[in-house]
Amino acid sequence: MSQELTKPKLKLAVYWGAACGGCCVSVLDTHEKLLDIVAAADLVFWPIAMDIKYKDVESMPDKSIDLTLFNGAVRNSENKHMAQVLRQKSKILVAYGSCAYMGGIPGLANFFSKNEIFKRAYEETESTVNPEKTVPITSVQVKEGTLEIPLMFNDVFPLNQVVEVDYYIPGCPPQSERLIEVFSVISAGTNLPPAGSVVGANDKTNCDECKRKKSDKKKVKRFYRPWEIQDDKETCFIEQGVICMGPATRGGCGVRCVEGNSPCRGCYGPPQGSSDPGAKMMAAIGTMIDSNDPDEIDEIIEAIVDPAGLFYRFSLPGSILGRKVL
Amino acid sequence: MNFRPTIVAFLCNWCAYTGADLAGTSRLHYAPNVRIIRIMCSGRIEPTFILKAFKEGADGVLVCGCHPGDCHYQEGNYKCLRRFKLLEKFVCQMGIEKERLKLEWISASEGKQFAELVNEMTAAILKLGPGKVQKTLELEHLKTN
Repeated sequence: MSQELTKPKLKLAVYWGAACGGCCVSVLDTHEKLLDIVAAADLVFWPIAMDIKYKDVESMPDKSIDLTLFNGAVRNSENKHMAQVLRQKSKILVAYGSCAYMGGIPGLANFFSKNEIFKRAYEETESTVNPEKTVPITSVQVKEGTLEIPLMFNDVFPLNQVVEVDYYIPGCPPQSERLIEVFSVISAGTNLPPAGSVVGANDKTNCDECKRKKSDKKKVKRFYRPWEIQDDKETCFIEQGVICMGPATRGGCGVRCVEGNSPCRGCYGPPQGSSDPGAKMMAAIGTMIDSNDPDEIDEIIEAIVDPAGLFYRFSLPGSILGRKVL
Repeated sequence: MNFRPTIVAFLCNWCAYTGADLAGTSRLHYAPNVRIIRIMCSGRIEPTFILKAFKEGADGVLVCGCHPGDCHYQEGNYKCLRRFKLLEKFVCQMGIEKERLKLEWISASEGKQFAELVNEMTAAILKLGPGKVQKTLELEHLKTN
């Protein structure tokens, strides 16, 4: 029997923390290539697709899973527990998607405290009637015993603030073809990139790949929100006055949003060598404002209604400040 | 405990730093709370520097460059001004008080103005109390509640 045939199949796990499910769907979006993945790997744990309990994972031997794709941020004690379990059981732990990488959309909750979120969700929303101000508690005594639910943390964390992460695959969700590339490298097991690398993406920015017409001197007199202006479908969005996260975002997605005539939202995170996409974006946009007059600059900036939310849409928990100051 | 603010000041080489130097050589007394970092031009300042200063525990950040029109590199200070105004808006959204971040123009001959500026900013921050960025991040590491 050749060595090839005796080579054991890889053990693959996919888990979701605070996620929308899109990352798991992006694994399914590999379409018929999924069959290649399944041919090369046994899926041992994948809550969205398989019926397997946490205790089964907990009882696996340490380092018995070859590759875990962890998508979603760490929002509560359950996410944290599973991140720790999967770290222990996996040889390679990959933060898969923007949420696991930098906090993602759930990370926008870091603009508020847990108390503010609870107050809004359980008392103030227009559809809520809650005169007793009931809020979830983690443990309750019933006659059959104690019922427990996970504790929601005050903050949202990217995966690497909770456990050590080997690789990051950015994207909301990551492009399926890039997943296949990464998977084939990892399953080959040779020429692995250094630990801590961002894989399945490029080093340079999206602007580098974008086909729209760009001039050398970008000058903006007025910023528009996308619905305020008719896109000419060929000029750089920023030159038209629409904020596009391209200059502060890693390429690798194939500039899909811009190809679809929508400005980049920055889901691939900052390019190589930068830790904070929002700060990079402020530096870039700041230089492009076409005025030297303080009052006029104020007026131009007024059109950028929510810089924090816009520039840190996918990256607040992983950014320098990490959350709103309390 | 006596609160002694730490202010990180980014001063441009050509005007503001020379101005601060003049304050020193003129033996002017001013608040010792400022930690000066010399940079070649205020246009070199990236928002990252300022955010990092806050994260590392600065109670305030001061940025000084040449007066408009006087930049050694023609228009670096204007670039600084535009970035600064955008950053200021962001910093306020993040819950950091506006008074903790300041941009002023200081020429090489304005040693006295620099000393006054540092005194004023120190007084303003003393009134506000310690910066909360680090404390928030420490709380964050408790990871619960």
